[in-house]
Amino acid sequence: MKPQLLKKLQQIAEQNIMDIEAHKNNGNHAIGFYCLYAPTELAVAANAIPLPLCGTRQAPIEAAEETLPRNLCPLIKSSYGFAATDTCPFFKFSDIIVADTTCDGKKKMYELMNDIKPVHVLQLPQQQNTDLFLEPWKHEIKTLRTTIENVTGKDITDESLVGAISLLNQERKAKKRLMDTTKAKPSPLSGMELLEILFKTGFFADKQKGIDLLNEIAQACEDLIQKNESPYTDKTPRILLTGVPTGLGSDKVVKIIEESGANVVAFESCSGYKQTFQVDETIDPYLALAQQYLSIPCSVMSPNQGRFDLLDEMIREFHVDGVVDLTWQACHTYNIEAAKVHNFVNKKFNLPYLHLETDYSESDTEQLRIRIEAFLEMI
Amino acid sequence: MFIGIDIGSRTAKGILFDGKKIIATAICDTGIFPRRSGESLFQELIEKAGLAQKDIKKTVGTGYGRVSLTLADKTITELSCHAKGAHFSCPSARTVIDIGGQDSKVIRIDQSGSMKDFTMNDKCAAGTGRFFEIAASALEMDMETFCDIRPVSEPFCQISNMCAVFAETEIISLLAKEISVESIAAGINLTFSKRICAMAKRIGISNDVLFVGGVAKNSAVKNALARALDIQFHPFEIDPQLMGALGASIFASEL
Ligand code: SF4
Ligand code: SF4
Repeated sequence: MKPQLLKKLQQIAEQNIMDIEAHKNNGNHAIGFYCLYAPTELAVAANAIPLPLCGTRQAPIEAAEETLPRNLCPLIKSSYGFAATDTCPFFKFSDIIVADTTCDGKKKMYELMNDIKPVHVLQLPQQQNTDLFLEPWKHEIKTLRTTIENVTGKDITDESLVGAISLLNQERKAKKRLMDTTKAKPSPLSGMELLEILFKTGFFADKQKGIDLLNEIAQACEDLIQKNESPYTDKTPRILLTGVPTGLGSDKVVKIIEESGANVVAFESCSGYKQTFQVDETIDPYLALAQQYLSIPCSVMSPNQGRFDLLDEMIREFHVDGVVDLTWQACHTYNIEAAKVHNFVNKKFNLPYLHLETDYSESDTEQLRIRIEAFLEMI
Repeated sequence: MFIGIDIGSRTAKGILFDGKKIIATAICDTGIFPRRSGESLFQELIEKAGLAQKDIKKTVGTGYGRVSLTLADKTITELSCHAKGAHFSCPSARTVIDIGGQDSKVIRIDQSGSMKDFTMNDKCAAGTGRFFEIAASALEMDMETFCDIRPVSEPFCQISNMCAVFAETEIISLLAKEISVESIAAGINLTFSKRICAMAKRIGISNDVLFVGGVAKNSAVKNALARALDIQFHPFEIDPQLMGALGASIFASEL
């Protein structure tokens, strides 16, 4: 990756905190989001900045454990810890928090978080394919609209909502374009670089600025592919990482995989390729949002066929040599679904599969390393 | 000539291999300087065979201490090495169960000896050699005496705790109830076997199954595990503790 571009990304990321502040000082708002299921379009339609808040760092976990049980998913503990210690600038900026009833740990944690800052919880259905659940979900989205209108004092018209959908569709398209560059063999980017770019662009106050930068980076990667330039060779093992979300601070598995000589080319998680969908701009915007967001294939859904369809597509298109399935400790849904993914990857693709269960701490680095090295020796 | 060195958490093992058969073997305690134990094994092996350092074409290191082995041309994980060694010792092997001092592994291999899948426990003492050490010390015995106990066959007492620390307390209370040592030993073996059994079934077990690693020398455990898995372990010639080093030496000959 070109150093100038990474530098630019860093600069914009640093400038961003001030941009958000300026935006808020002008009488606008910011809204914190915890999960991919909540349509950020509603924030954008009210001229509020949507901020992704999922905790990806170890630091606040100790403080969280004063209240939460220790044997809980680190993502939940980190998220709550940031709120409780008031150490996340983006949490601080958020006028309100939007969350969903996804897994048990998260939804019960939000009840506690509500004492720190108001949390609007969307009641998320756990099944996707029937109209029976689509209606109530659409209703939930409309309730969120009212909440956001009240907080921001701005009306969300159908027109502004369609505009927001179109803007975020462009953002998702730009993300997809970037993530698709690693389909090239060898790929122009390391998994760590990709993770950093996706993570940092997620907080941008100015969506258009973020989209332009994503496209610029994608273009640079496409140029590298044209010129056949890559830090890797045809022989570098290409890994697909599936399972729980990862971000800066919760990236140790990606780091160890790449330190061991492989390249993580694909992220089948809500911090990666699950963000690449498009919302239909031609139908009623609430129906379009409800349909599209409900179809996100996360393990909190039962059944979760969509994940296997997505894995199927990604394993082929990214020319994957092996699949690593990451579960955060105490995440039951991903942990249990791992048995199905194991079977799917072995039987359907005859590819090596490795399931890892860990948390954000560094205590098991060597244990992870031996598993990852042995896994790479199977390729 | 080729050398494979396996630096485990407790013991270090070395094998001198000529490309077809084992020429010499050596075992020592890993101690606190894994690099030095690796080097002294290397010396011991070439001295045993009357060779000089230059006669050794390649050396492969494996085991937890593999990174500290500066004399190795390459390092390979002990999982691949066990698969390799097992395939060499017994080409019909499809599953390898390895129980060492600090960890345990189950490895699935194909007909060419490549590793296809594995599962591993190295996060907790249950299911490792350490479990027996703790159990033996609760019975106030050293490991050798413990291995020599003839466990009763039936009915044996239950040790319900998988956790080594709690199992220790449980053993002490069984002793207080004057349950015989033979019966407790049988209970320990059974608990342990169940634990390994659950782990092995995760990746599936197919014949032939080889039982390797330090704990494989304890025939009472071996029998209990075979019974729990409802299989018979396939016999092989070499010391079960040497399987990783053997695999490493074969890898060295293929470099
Ligand atoms: S893993 Fe699922 S529940 Fe967790 S943040 Fe992602 S989409 Fe939401
Ligand atoms: S990783 Fe699992 S347990 Fe953690 S928040 Fe996501 S779904 Fe819940």
